[in-house]
Amino acid sequence: MIALLIRDMRLAFRAGGGFGLGLAFFLIVTVMVPFSVGPQSELLTTIAPGVLWLGALLACLLSLDRLLALDWEDGSLDLLATAPLPLEAVVTVKALAHWITTGLPLVLLAPVLGVLLNLAGEGYVWLVVSLAVGTPALSVIGTFGAALTVGLKRGGLLLSLLVLPLYVPTLIFGAEVARRGATGMDTATPLLMLAGITAGVIGLLPFASAAVLRVNLR
Amino acid sequence: MSLWEYANPKKFLNTSERLLPWFWGLSAVCLVVGLSWGFFFTPDDFRQGSTVKIIYLHVPSALMAINAWFMMFVASMIWIVRRHHVSALAARAAAPVGVVMTLIALVTGAIWGEPMWGTWWAWDPRLTSFLILFLFYLGYIALWEAIDNPDTAADLTSVLCLVGSVFAVLSRYAVNFWNQGLHQGASLSLDKEKNVADVFYHPLLVSIAGFVLLFLALVLYRTGTEIRARRIKALIARERAGA
Amino acid sequence: MTLTVTNLGISRGGVPVLEGVNFVLSAGDALILRGPNGVGKTTLLRTIAGLQPPLEGSVDGAEDRVAYAAHSDGIKPTLSVTENLTFWASVFGQKGIEAALAAFDLETLADRPGGALSAGQKRRLGLARMIVTGRPIWIFDEPTVSLDTRAVGMFADAVRAHLAGGGSAIIATHIDLGLEGTVLDVTPFKARVRDIFSDEAFL
Repeated sequence: MIALLIRDMRLAFRAGGGFGLGLAFFLIVTVMVPFSVGPQSELLTTIAPGVLWLGALLACLLSLDRLLALDWEDGSLDLLATAPLPLEAVVTVKALAHWITTGLPLVLLAPVLGVLLNLAGEGYVWLVVSLAVGTPALSVIGTFGAALTVGLKRGGLLLSLLVLPLYVPTLIFGAEVARRGATGMDTATPLLMLAGITAGVIGLLPFASAAVLRVNLR
Repeated sequence: MSLWEYANPKKFLNTSERLLPWFWGLSAVCLVVGLSWGFFFTPDDFRQGSTVKIIYLHVPSALMAINAWFMMFVASMIWIVRRHHVSALAARAAAPVGVVMTLIALVTGAIWGEPMWGTWWAWDPRLTSFLILFLFYLGYIALWEAIDNPDTAADLTSVLCLVGSVFAVLSRYAVNFWNQGLHQGASLSLDKEKNVADVFYHPLLVSIAGFVLLFLALVLYRTGTEIRARRIKALIARERAGA
Repeated sequence: MTLTVTNLGISRGGVPVLEGVNFVLSAGDALILRGPNGVGKTTLLRTIAGLQPPLEGSVDGAEDRVAYAAHSDGIKPTLSVTENLTFWASVFGQKGIEAALAAFDLETLADRPGGALSAGQKRRLGLARMIVTGRPIWIFDEPTVSLDTRAVGMFADAVRAHLAGGGSAIIATHIDLGLEGTVLDVTPFKARVRDIFSDEAFL
């Protein structure tokens, strides 16, 4: 399992692996926001938590179509499926590698972009906390979507259509934590819900991902 | 004789062909009676005026939008557990009907909302939930359309339907938490006190029966079409194999 | 340590292609599959490898004992030859890739990234992967595609060494590898049309 994790991370960090693309996308989206809504700092303060959450979510979505498709194209998935590792573990490890190479950097970059959007002082901690708790769910749900569409040519657009509705609860609770944190309100309830979703998704969804992957491999 | 015999495509086609005229006829009768009774022979509501009458379209379509998804959920489970082709095709056939029902509920809701709340759209939990349901339907239909092999498509969409159902319920709670809304409470409930007045209630029940029958008729009809399409494919495949 | 295939029926895309396939593969045996293109050799191999469920019949003794080499080799272009092989070795819980490198004459290429290999070199790397799996039953689908004569010789030697060590192999191929083994032509097993499977339920 560790071998697979290390391989996936190596692949992501080496040339052409796409590491950094998500980060750059996150940066650009954030920079574009003031251009579209205007530079008033109060307005930016209000929308900053939501915009940053949405930007992180879209950046996460961007890299999903490579998550399994590359291994599918070069036949690695066939080989992994006959390996001693159960497919449930394969999809979990792949989701973890995706989170480490995409989600975690987004979490770390978010406070910097918060400065650009004039995020309120108390908001930084809660933004980072909510993203740290929520982005693993985005990776795991995204892996499910990638497993569904792995055999399809041009599956990327369909992948977004399938995954985005599944992202709704995570986005709502995650952004709610960041928003409440920024305005000094109590964040306990939405944070617990967010953590619950992440835990539930990590515990259960890999079984569904592995099941659809088996169907796609036949 | 077991219920599962109807899972045989031929048996299903024969039975549904005998049932369909009844469903079409009864749903037409119920819809005409329910809607005209509701529109023309009920008093105006003392607060909402005549706008309340859109309830006879809004409530049944909203109910069917959810029930269609629920039917797809059950059909998907049956496909996963027992692998009856008719079940998978019925789920596929129900999705476009469900999406139209959702659309009717959303549009009639907007038309009703404009005079009542002064806005066509508000991010009210119920409205938002239906919008999310609409997106789930779109994803489900898109996945069916994208996959060539019908058995693979049935497997994948079934899992999507099950996972989607869980997330749809989650979204409902999330949305409730996110914004307490404008929407009035349920129009129907088992608690008699909370119900709408009887004058509105009876024609509403007839309309709902009409929508249910219409839904069943459409799903049976569309399932029949799907079965015939599969039959054509199978015949072509056999001919190719024989050649 | 035998692989037993009993009355196996398989389908491709919902259409049955082969049925009634029977054979027994004991330790030290090689089975050479033959048959025209499209008859279902790849599907048969994938079914034996457990990648797709059989329509009927059974495959016994394959679980967790097969290694499958498909048309594509699963080589990552940005990983070196050593990294590619080491990865597969550790996925299968094995250590040491030197023997595999030596068997396919890959030592000089060990640090070359996978993307810089020629088609034949990639194939050799893909075949070397079978050695590092440590699995007793090797399944090959057209292993000699893009290999030169010398490399075909290396492949035959590797399989012979594997058989001598108590392993077994199933190979779908059109060329004569000079291996001692049973030849099985799958053409006679072509499936009839019956109405119990999949799409045929609609006939």
